[in-house]
Amino acid sequence: MIKVKGARKIFKKGTIDEKVAIDGVDLHIPEGDFVTVIGSNGAGKTTLLNLISGTVQPDEGEIYLDNRRVTNLPEHKRALYLGRIFQNPLMGTAASMTIEENLSMADLRGRTRGLRWGVTKSRRDFYREKLKMLQLGLEDRLKESVTLLSGGQRQSLTLLMATLSLPKLLLLDEHTAALDPKTAQRVMELTDKIVMENNLTTIMVTHNMRQAIRYGNCMIMLHEGKIMFQAEGNAKKALTVEEVVKRFGADLKDESLLCEPTSIDSPL
Amino acid sequence: MRTIPISMEQGFAYGLVALGIVISFRILAFPDLTVDGSFALGGAVVARLISLGVPPIYGIMLAVICGFVAGCCTGLLNTRLKINSLLAGILMMTILYSVNLRIMGRSNIQLLTVNTILTPLENMEINRFIPIIAFFFVVVFSVKFLTDMFFHTQIGFAMRATGDNEQMIRTLGVNTDNMTVLGLGISNAFVALSGSLVAQDQGFSDIGMGIGMIVAGLAAIIIGETLIGKASVQRMTLAAIVGSVIYKFIIAIGLRLGLAPTDLKLATGVMVILALGFPALKKGKEGKLHLRGV
Repeated sequence: MIKVKGARKIFKKGTIDEKVAIDGVDLHIPEGDFVTVIGSNGAGKTTLLNLISGTVQPDEGEIYLDNRRVTNLPEHKRALYLGRIFQNPLMGTAASMTIEENLSMADLRGRTRGLRWGVTKSRRDFYREKLKMLQLGLEDRLKESVTLLSGGQRQSLTLLMATLSLPKLLLLDEHTAALDPKTAQRVMELTDKIVMENNLTTIMVTHNMRQAIRYGNCMIMLHEGKIMFQAEGNAKKALTVEEVVKRFGADLKDESLLCEPTSIDSPL
Repeated sequence: MRTIPISMEQGFAYGLVALGIVISFRILAFPDLTVDGSFALGGAVVARLISLGVPPIYGIMLAVICGFVAGCCTGLLNTRLKINSLLAGILMMTILYSVNLRIMGRSNIQLLTVNTILTPLENMEINRFIPIIAFFFVVVFSVKFLTDMFFHTQIGFAMRATGDNEQMIRTLGVNTDNMTVLGLGISNAFVALSGSLVAQDQGFSDIGMGIGMIVAGLAAIIIGETLIGKASVQRMTLAAIVGSVIYKFIIAIGLRLGLAPTDLKLATGVMVILALGFPALKKGKEGKLHLRGV
């Protein structure tokens, strides 16, 4: 489904601030896999997603989506394949537009847009059905502006938008990190449900080690632009936070990452 | 006594400029300064063509097309050549000054002795204001309704999202550069339409007729939005037209109270500064203009 071959990305090349963000990453994700990516700040997690989505182009290496080489394809031309959710709930929706208008834009992901009405009656009924699944009462607020929604509501709407037209690959970039713990858990459970129901190929970047271990069928640990550790299938299921911390804690040197596992017994 | 009909006539005619500025500044969040040039461009094209004997309606159509092209050029300077949005507009405005002189062949053309699109209306056996105001009313509201409709189509949504959240709509597969170019084209087409009609209404086209048009248009929008709001596209476009009429009314009153016509632009500028600056003085309040790439 997605292949990254020998990808390297260097920012500010040739200057004193040169930073190798991705240093030779090889990755193969088969269709239907749910991969979680963990790593400390600056490990290259977001850059990896940016390379896949086309927000930045690699200096070396190739990227294939569905056996098609997309290495230098601009972002808007990859849209047909990708759904993406960012950490900031404000980034996934157009605030000045209504809920149904936002959904209709997502509905047309990667397709040619014309002078037909943006929202039609039959699609509106479809959006209403989809919104019911979120259980946030948004199905009765189709014509309300998105500005009026809370962060959690906006991120749930973004999740629905990203998955509405069933992308071949769903990219989640710490999408629950900016939410309060309770909302974060709700959004995460909803994500898992949508991913499982639709068998979506997913890459989820997270800071939260518990989340990375609990969800998905494959976990990748990035460190200084390289894949440091990868666990799949049963090996992944058997992982515990303590074990990961014991093995890699010394290298990760990231307080935020190491803090979280200390409260293993508290709810997510 | 004539203050109200005059401000209605001018308000509707210049309302098209405000509608254009709504598209660039409000919807695309693009601070487009081409307007001063494309307004005069509309006047120049129509005046030259009419004086050459071309039927006014064709002159207006060509003026609109020229305005569209001028706006697209600004958009291309910004999106393809990566020139800062403000500078791109200033460059086009400056270039248009020479272009307009070339089109007219001199710095002004009078249209009092030739037939314009308004001549049949002015020859009617009733008070001149009635048909003229009706004409501008129909034109400006037709443009408003077409604009409202456009911004509820698939492309219209994509254009609104380009101004609202560029990153998001790009990940949904929209080429935001194209949306910016198209939007600026439409915006300046409206402005040039206004210029072409104003030239016929006032009976001449002048190289300087576009100076201060952006500031006046912004003033109109701010006045309109204070009264009508900007919660939806329909409200924004209505606010532009209503604001334009009120702005012209305020100016007319000011003139009657002894404001020198030469001080008009100063007064308008101060009005806009106050409107934009007031929220900033009250701490914690957001400014009235959200713009990209500035």
